[in-house]
Amino acid sequence: MKLRPGQKLHSAVCDAQVVVVKAPSGAVEVGCGGAPLLEDGQQPEGGAALDPSLGDGPLLGKRYADDDLGLELLCTRAGTGALTVDGRPLLVKGAKPLPSSD
Amino acid sequence: MNLLLLLDMVVAGRADDVAVQVGDERLTAGELLAGAWSAAEHVAGASALAYVGTNGLAFPVGLFAAAAAGVPFVPLNYRLSEDQLHDLLTPLGDTLVVARGDVAAALAARGHRVLDAARFVATARAGGGAGEVPADGEGAAVLLYTSGTTAAPKAAVLRHRHLTSYVIGTVEFGAAGPDEAVLVSVPPYHVAGLANLLSNLYLGRRIVYLAQFDAPAWVAAVRGEGITNAMVVPTMLARICEVLDDDGVGLPSLRALSYGGARTPAAVLQRVMALLPDVELTNAYGLTETSSTIAVLGPDDHRAARDGDPAATARLSSAGRVLPTVEVEVRGPLGETLPAGEPGEIWVRGEQVSGEYAGREAPLDAEGWFPTRDRGLLDADGYLFIEGRTDDTIIRGGENIAPAEIEEVLMQHPGVAQCAVVGVPDDVWGQRIAAVVVPRPGATVDAAELQAFARRSLRGSKAPELVTFAASLPFTETGKLLRRVVQADLIAAS
Repeated sequence: MKLRPGQKLHSAVCDAQVVVVKAPSGAVEVGCGGAPLLEDGQQPEGGAALDPSLGDGPLLGKRYADDDLGLELLCTRAGTGALTVDGRPLLVKGAKPLPSSD
Repeated sequence: MNLLLLLDMVVAGRADDVAVQVGDERLTAGELLAGAWSAAEHVAGASALAYVGTNGLAFPVGLFAAAAAGVPFVPLNYRLSEDQLHDLLTPLGDTLVVARGDVAAALAARGHRVLDAARFVATARAGGGAGEVPADGEGAAVLLYTSGTTAAPKAAVLRHRHLTSYVIGTVEFGAAGPDEAVLVSVPPYHVAGLANLLSNLYLGRRIVYLAQFDAPAWVAAVRGEGITNAMVVPTMLARICEVLDDDGVGLPSLRALSYGGARTPAAVLQRVMALLPDVELTNAYGLTETSSTIAVLGPDDHRAARDGDPAATARLSSAGRVLPTVEVEVRGPLGETLPAGEPGEIWVRGEQVSGEYAGREAPLDAEGWFPTRDRGLLDADGYLFIEGRTDDTIIRGGENIAPAEIEEVLMQHPGVAQCAVVGVPDDVWGQRIAAVVVPRPGATVDAAELQAFARRSLRGSKAPELVTFAASLPFTETGKLLRRVVQADLIAAS
């Protein structure tokens, strides 16, 4: 799928929802729990099951990224299926220790 | 990404926590979101939602109700005259104006579509609204008038994507502890008020509003509400110090205080550091057009200065380091990028940078860089020093002189409470340097003494050639000196 910043995606196998913060220039396969993430309005095809071996699901408000690809997703609803890109797990971005100016 | 998505995430995480509070009136995150959708029904058919009022629940409700209705939110300065408000509202088209009773009546009489702020909030309180978070990040979320210290104010266009990029890039979702509360006293028509609301909501910090800043009320609110965080402008900082000096009780609950919006006099900062030794201090620099903060001088820098590190002490007058999500370049008069240490105009680029004005051509260059019209330099370690507005730069005999440098020197004279340095026309030099000084109560200073004092620290060409005295100086409510007014008064008097 060719992603665009601001695009909303949801899991086919759990409650997870994400929004694209940074999109790679080329097409990538982003998944959750082993099934491709779906666009708004898209319904899951029957038979998709969560693959727990891929790792833990995303946490609300955390960002998941692949810096080599230039991909970043923001989790807007937590879920139980792990986020992946082209079959590899996406890593959670560390909290930035920026001083709070607000 | 849309601003409503940020609030929607907060609701998913902690719907029942108090999000915003004014006095005894509170809204939880869930009530704010439902209330925004309900209040959005008032906005139906309008092209914008303007708010004229002090800090109150109508401000957060208005911001999110406008987003729900898909129109920009336009907070306006409640101190403006009816004529000024009419002039700012007219080009916006069919705008719904939310204002308190007397202002609402006056604007209705001028033909504007108005709604009393109390009724607007009551609709939100009744709640029950819901809707789908729009996917759109491109629309204008807020039209915000710039301070207008050097020219007539312009409306900066802040799109949803600018504001959400700022929040997501600078704060971590839900990172605030359950006991954290922030006191917001900057006005709602200032970018700091907007940034404070969005960042603190996203952090999960309870937001306590002061309707308007007043130093004793601010100190009482910090103590009474167990405030842990606050942001103020320098003029507020000075008045808070006076209150703390008088009562000697301190602010035990306060953990972090950030300041910005204008240059902070060194003397004021030293006083804050002495009065609040355990509070983490942060200086923030940003512009309306950059969705607020783009550089910060953090608690570590302040601590090092407090411990006597001479390099850190020198950096206390800087705006700190540029955010990792933002790029800054200092450019010379031919557009060339200048090396570290050389002053020029500050240019900035990043996802939070709008640089766009309503009804005007955007001043961005082909690569998306925005000219801030601020003059300054980056030092070898990446600390950004702001000298002032490029339009304020005095050009005397071909030499560029930043008024701030001269003001800093004059402020060190014990008889000077406030001062403003501006250029006035001169037949020989192009401009000459003039200072308007507000003496400290009880002090006697004369012009010759101040000129001699300035010459001890400054080159002869930078010492003020004209020194006059005044009872007060004109400032905006957020502490910015209205230099063009000082300059016009001086020229008119000569």
